Amino acid sequence: MIFLEHLLTSFIAAAAFGIIFNAPKQSLFKCGIVGMLGWIIYMLMILNEADAVLATLLASFVVAVISQVFAKMYKTPVIIFSVAGIIPLVPGGLAYDAMRNFVQNDYNAAINLAAKAFMISGSIAVGLIFSEVINQIIRNARLNASARRMW
Amino acid sequence: MEAKMVRRYDIMEVCLLAGKIMLQSGAETYRVEDTMMRIAASYGIKESHSYVTPTGIIFSIETDEPTKTKLIRINDRSTDLEKVTLVNGISRKISQGQYSVEEAYSELEKLEKADHSYSFLIQVLAASIASGCFLIMFLGTWDDFIPAFITGGVGYMSVVYLHRLVPIKFFAEFLASFIIGILSFGFVYFGAGQELDKIIIGSVMPLVPGLLITNAVRDLMAGHLVSGLSKGAEAFLTAFAIGTGIAVVFTLI
Repeated sequence: MIFLEHLLTSFIAAAAFGIIFNAPKQSLFKCGIVGMLGWIIYMLMILNEADAVLATLLASFVVAVISQVFAKMYKTPVIIFSVAGIIPLVPGGLAYDAMRNFVQNDYNAAINLAAKAFMISGSIAVGLIFSEVINQIIRNARLNASARRMW
Repeated sequence: MEAKMVRRYDIMEVCLLAGKIMLQSGAETYRVEDTMMRIAASYGIKESHSYVTPTGIIFSIETDEPTKTKLIRINDRSTDLEKVTLVNGISRKISQGQYSVEEAYSELEKLEKADHSYSFLIQVLAASIASGCFLIMFLGTWDDFIPAFITGGVGYMSVVYLHRLVPIKFFAEFLASFIIGILSFGFVYFGAGQELDKIIIGSVMPLVPGLLITNAVRDLMAGHLVSGLSKGAEAFLTAFAIGTGIAVVFTLI
C-alpha cells in the first residue's frame, strides 16, 4: 500500500515540477516516470535500512542515466528530465531539522544534521557525475569508432 | 567585401540571440556555448570562441579579417525549459542546413517574444499538488494533505508576486518561506493539521533551487568553473533564505 502511494505521489510531484519549470507538454509524462523511478529506488533502499547517502547516490545515478537515455531518444536537452528526478532527493527535511536545531541553540545536533544534509547533497552531485562520465565514455568510443571507419 | 562583412555580423547576431534566449531560460553553460559554436560552424565559421557566465556572454568569431567580438549582458534569468528545447530544435535545423541566416534570426526573434509558459494559475496549482505529494512522500499522513496543498500554493504564489514587487530574489524567497511557516503553524494551531514539520517541508519544496543545483554540478563538471561556482552560490543563498524564513517563524512562536 505504501509502495503504491509512493509510486503515485512521486509521479505526480515530478510531473508538477515539470509544469513549474515550464517543461514542454509532451515531456511531462516522461518527467513523471524519471521522478518516480528515482524516488522508488531511494525509498526501497531506505525501507531496507540502507544508508541514506548510498540510497541517494544510486537514485541520482539512475535518474541521470534515464534522463540521458530519454534525451537521446526524444532529442531534447537532458535537464528537462534530470531536474524533475533530482528534486525529491534534495535533503529538504534534514536541512530543515538542522535549521530548527540551530534556532533552538542546539548546535551539536544542528551540526550533525547539517553535515548529513551536506553529504547527501554531495552524493547527488557524485551520482550525476558518474552518469556523465559514463555518457562521455560511450560517446567517445562511438566517435573513435566512426573516425576509424572514416580513415 | 562589404556584403560579406555584414553577413558575418549577421551570423554573430544569430549565435548571440540563440545563446541569450537559452541562458535566460535556464540552460546549462556548456549547452549555450555548444549551441553557439555549432550554429557558427554550420554557417561556415570554422573558429569561434565563447565565454559564457550566468550574467553575460562574450562571443568572437575568427576569419581572415580582423576578429570580431561582441558582448551581451544578461540581466534577468528565469526557468523556461520549453524555450531551451525550442532553441535546441532551431539549432539542430540550422546544422542540417534548413534555415538561412535571416530565417534563423527571425525564428529566434519570434521565439524570444513568444510566451510559451503555462498560465500562472496552472503553475500555482502544480506547486500545490507537488507540495501535497511531497508531504506523502516524506511519510506524512493524508490528513495533512490539504494544509500542505494550500500552504504550498500560497508559498509559490507569494514568491512570484513578491519577486515582482521587490526585485531582490532572496528577499522574496525569505518572505515566502516566512509566510509558509506562519500558515503551517496556523493550520496546526487551529487543529487542521497534525505534523508541523512535515507540512512545512512539503510546502517549501517548490521553492527549492533544484534546477540551479543540477546546473551548477553539470557546469563544474564541464569545466565552467566560474558559472558553476556562481550558480552554486545562488543555490546556496536561496536555500539559506528559505531556511532563515522558517527559522524566524520558530523564534517567534
